[in-house]
Amino acid sequence: MSACDGWIVSIVSESVGFSLMDESNSRTFWEYLTHVSEHHSPLDFVLIWDHIDRFLWGTLLTLEITLFALVLGGILAVPMAIARAYKHRWLNFPIWCFTYVFRGTPLLVQTYLLYYGLAQFDAVRESFLWDPILSSAWWCALIAFTLNTAGYTTEFLRGSIETTPAGEIEAARACGMSPWTTMRRIVLPSAFRRALPAYSNEVIFMLHSSVVLSTITLQDLLGAGRWLNGRYYLAYEGFITAMLFYMVLVFIISRGFKFWEKHWLGHLRQRQTEDEPVTLKAG
Amino acid sequence: MESIWAYRNLLFEGTVVTVQLAVGSLLLAVLLGLIGATAKLSPSRVFQNLASAYTTLIRGVPDLVLMMLLFYGGQQLVNDFGDFTGWWDYLEINQFSAGVFSIGFVFGAYMTETFRGAILAIPRGQIEAGIACGMTPMKIFSRITWPQMVRYALPSFTNNWLVLVKATALVSVIGLHDLVWNASTAGRSVREPFTFMFAVLVIYLMITAISDVGLRWLDRKYSVGVRRV
Repeated sequence: MSACDGWIVSIVSESVGFSLMDESNSRTFWEYLTHVSEHHSPLDFVLIWDHIDRFLWGTLLTLEITLFALVLGGILAVPMAIARAYKHRWLNFPIWCFTYVFRGTPLLVQTYLLYYGLAQFDAVRESFLWDPILSSAWWCALIAFTLNTAGYTTEFLRGSIETTPAGEIEAARACGMSPWTTMRRIVLPSAFRRALPAYSNEVIFMLHSSVVLSTITLQDLLGAGRWLNGRYYLAYEGFITAMLFYMVLVFIISRGFKFWEKHWLGHLRQRQTEDEPVTLKAG
Repeated sequence: MESIWAYRNLLFEGTVVTVQLAVGSLLLAVLLGLIGATAKLSPSRVFQNLASAYTTLIRGVPDLVLMMLLFYGGQQLVNDFGDFTGWWDYLEINQFSAGVFSIGFVFGAYMTETFRGAILAIPRGQIEAGIACGMTPMKIFSRITWPQMVRYALPSFTNNWLVLVKATALVSVIGLHDLVWNASTAGRSVREPFTFMFAVLVIYLMITAISDVGLRWLDRKYSVGVRRV
């Protein structure tokens, strides 16, 4: 542990080298970390720091799959939500079934079904899709996550399309807009705005669900934590580091959505009046 | 299909474990939710801050991470503490209790928000009227707050319960012999993983559907006397 041979270590001890102590006892960050880990703390920070690159790669994988799934799921969800909101004669029921199944079952089971389950069928194993896509954990996870988030997004987007004020649609018609133009210019923009708070929950929920990746052999953020704990036979370090990483990610995401909500839902905010409300004071 | 029938007992046992786990975590979550909501609405700044730290922490961390931390780390912590004080020799946290505690702890935070919103929705005047009639705080809770809180909380409670049921699947990762674990073991042994996972899918859908019916009944019961527009 004390052997400092990682590349990060050398970078830290040479170039960062700022002192965290007072002038008389000036030490580098690295010395400070070693000292704390050896003498004061139940956690071995040196070990975590040594393997921080694993956690960074894990974060990358987690974010990558979450982001791709959200984008693809969102693209799938828009037409499905429109079909559900306008109760399309043939499409409404199958889409309802799709969202019911994907919202009613755990993502873990959906992912297992795809990754471990499909190999059961010879037809799938011999098809042209098997080698590049269906035998790879990354692709299976992406497909399962995409369908899952599409199910959830469809339903709350349907809700926000259905709550479009009737007056807006009437106004669009009175202006002579075609149904397609009405959808593109009036219904969808305001429905997306109304769906934004629900969507921020969905994004965070997806990030939380992405821990499923570590159960199908992928090294995501939790996977990195599990690897560290398994390798050095530890109980806390890997999980606590992963936990902190997740917290930072969620914090950044919810900050981002707060900003977007301020921007896109600005017209719904209560207006500030010029005068202070008059308050009665006793005596 | 025959293989499912052959392993029906294993699947049934797994389903029972899953349901027990879900109900156990729900009870803990409701308890923590009530405590959390009370703390959030209490006049004390310390309690307010503690409760919001709790909900912020939970919103930031995936449940499986907490579950693993509790199962592996909690085990070590409990035994280090036992060693240090000499109060106990060796305690084992089994997968079931790790599951109940971590899922209950996670959903307690969501329940806190649910109950807080529900309590805030009760008109303040009714509680003042209760005080004016000379009711004790316990009586105000049982006669005024609780019956209405249940009604206001039900939609969000239903949602939390459905998410909780699905979260129980994760406990198979730390090795609890629940529905998912049993089914994937059986699926591997007869080389029919798809069939068995599909059965799990159907069983989860059935649990969802049944609880949907039950919660709708509860909703009707608690909205007696509410005018529907």
